[in-house]
Amino acid sequence: MIQVLLFARLRDRLGASVVNLELPSPCSLAQVREALVSGHPDAAELLAPERALFAINQTFSNDDQDVVTDRDEVALFPPMTGG
Amino acid sequence: MSVQHQDFDVAAEYAQLRQGNNADGALVFFVGTVRDRNLGDGVCGLRLEHYPGMSERILTELVEQAFERWPVSRVRLLHRVGDLELSDQIVLVAASSPHREAAFAACEFLMDFLKSRAPFWKQEAYLDADGTRCLRWIEGREKDRQALQRWDNIGADSLSGSS
Repeated sequence: MIQVLLFARLRDRLGASVVNLELPSPCSLAQVREALVSGHPDAAELLAPERALFAINQTFSNDDQDVVTDRDEVALFPPMTGG
Repeated sequence: MSVQHQDFDVAAEYAQLRQGNNADGALVFFVGTVRDRNLGDGVCGLRLEHYPGMSERILTELVEQAFERWPVSRVRLLHRVGDLELSDQIVLVAASSPHREAAFAACEFLMDFLKSRAPFWKQEAYLDADGTRCLRWIEGREKDRQALQRWDNIGADSLSGSS
């Protein structure tokens, strides 16, 4: 099982700050994104790669490069607006 | 660096940067505050959300990058979170260096990255046309994303998000 932390508009839209996904460990970020879209098809636009960014263990990551396990802290969040 | 709810005191931060610091002839300070209008609407307030743990980590990395790239002696980076009101202080970016070029550049670099490469999100409370209080998430601006390009040669690879 892969756990994903959600922030900001993504959390509001998906209705949870933590989502648990039935996925094998390890799996790819692309699979994580796909699983979220399957579970929330109405939020598909918000879950697209440019609108939802991954971080693994608090470091930015890329869908096509990275793999996660059930021991990693995985987060998904919208483009950032700090400062 | 600090991520905190409570307000900061610019005079106290200035005193810290100056204390025992005879080598630096230049101190640059930037403070960002909550503006009263956005997208044509009157703003009532701002809620700053962040990713606890990652926000502090990214700010620490940003400060380290500033030290690596420029001959600055002291850097202070402070970002508030939580509920803020009009004209409240949001962020402080300050640097001191022997000469001004490094202090100015380091502060611009830090602010440019803070705008779109640090895990903070702004939710704005505003009054709509009927005077009803509404909430909306603020979207990043293309201008801020583009501002990052001028620092490309700096090798901020660890700070680059996807796209």
